[in-house]
Amino acid sequence: MDDNNLLRVNDLTVRLDDRLIIDNLSFVLNQNDIISILGPNGSGKTVLLKCLLGLLPFHGTITWKKGIKIGYVPQRLPFIKEIPLSVGEFFSLKKVSKQETIDILHAVGFEQDIFNRKTGDLSSGQFQRLLIAWSLIGKPDVLLFDEPTTGIDIGGEETIYHLLEDLKNKKWYQAMLLVTHDLNIVYQFTNQVICLNKKTVCIGPPRKVLTPENLRSLYGGDVKFYKHNH
Amino acid sequence: MDKQLILSLIAAIFIGGISGYLGSLLLSKRMALVAGPLGHLSLPGIAIAILLGFNIALGAFPFVFLGVILIWLLEIKTKLPMEALTAVVFASGVAIAFLFLPIEQAESALVGDITQINYFDTVFSSLIAIVLFLIIQFIYPKMVLINISEDLARSEGISVKKYNFLYLVLIAIIVAIGVQMVGGLLTAALVAIPPASARNFSRNLTEYRSISLLIGSVSSCIGVLFFKLTAFPAGPLIILTSTFIFLISLLFKK
Repeated sequence: MDDNNLLRVNDLTVRLDDRLIIDNLSFVLNQNDIISILGPNGSGKTVLLKCLLGLLPFHGTITWKKGIKIGYVPQRLPFIKEIPLSVGEFFSLKKVSKQETIDILHAVGFEQDIFNRKTGDLSSGQFQRLLIAWSLIGKPDVLLFDEPTTGIDIGGEETIYHLLEDLKNKKWYQAMLLVTHDLNIVYQFTNQVICLNKKTVCIGPPRKVLTPENLRSLYGGDVKFYKHNH
Repeated sequence: MDKQLILSLIAAIFIGGISGYLGSLLLSKRMALVAGPLGHLSLPGIAIAILLGFNIALGAFPFVFLGVILIWLLEIKTKLPMEALTAVVFASGVAIAFLFLPIEQAESALVGDITQINYFDTVFSSLIAIVLFLIIQFIYPKMVLINISEDLARSEGISVKKYNFLYLVLIAIIVAIGVQMVGGLLTAALVAIPPASARNFSRNLTEYRSISLLIGSVSSCIGVLFFKLTAFPAGPLIILTSTFIFLISLLFKK
């Protein structure tokens, strides 16, 4: 494995209940990469993240750099609203000092008064930031970010990605794999894209590989798409 | 105060408190269903203990533990819905018990009797409650995380299967000591009602778990005292007290 490689995936194939979810996927995550995983609903994006975390069985090989730390931001946590749990208590579920918690909460833009708020009372945007903060405990090398498909208001979504970019610049983490369905995000924030629809449709820099043909075969029809020119 | 009443109150404080405390971990609905069938499954064990004259908790435990293994295996091996399993276990537990339990002794098996508890059983139950408290205290953060999201817990390196099993065993032990107080039919309520009330009174986890323990103890005490006043059976009085506190908690709902 190259020293720059944080993760190397070879011939990853996943079957769940005899259904083929991911077929023969290979890619590499390097230092400083932000790779987006793009695809329609049910195309195996979340499944891929779960395999990388070792939560699901798979064929092929997934090799993480030795001693690497991974932070996971799940799509949503529907049950947390039913639990009387303050923000501070949510953080104390991980072994973390109060000072580190405060630093991390600051980094994602919260003041200390968030500490005693009930997690269930936060807005979906605030909760998303809280999950990011939670995943940053212990300074992970790689973030696995599963974008919520619903619930974040327009504008709020952009803010989240600006925040993630900012956190990376401030060296809170070194590389990220993010699941998204939003082409905008792919163009604006990521240097590589994996288009997934069971078969890997394309891999590479977004501007190069997101051709109309590839997008059609990814989504199976006409997709209105536009390129950002910065 | 007579000695018997003091023993009953001590047992009530410990058993009621620990049941409420463990119950506070029944955060997800799926888990909450488990205590019911286990309580019913304890009935054959209680019947044997009554007939042969030994400690009811010891009689109940093997049956409840068998139930735990059964539930755990069925949950892993089959994807049978918990409801189906519950119905089967409920019915067969009661049916088997009444094959050989004389009907005149059925009351204490069904709704318990803590008012005649002896010195040994009081000490035994209290010690078990203390040990359970320490274990629950230790696994609490991990269990909360599992309740929030099993995936998130696994990604933190927590063995979800192991903790779920440990949790089931804890429920089994609590059901076994709980049946002494409220019998096979009402144990589930001993575990489920205090946390339901505590949820309404509390803003965070620390309050929730302490209040749950407190309500468990207090309602059991009050139940025993009401028995002294009214001579109605203590088990049902304990559960009704707990229900009454729940109704009050609705007014405080946060």
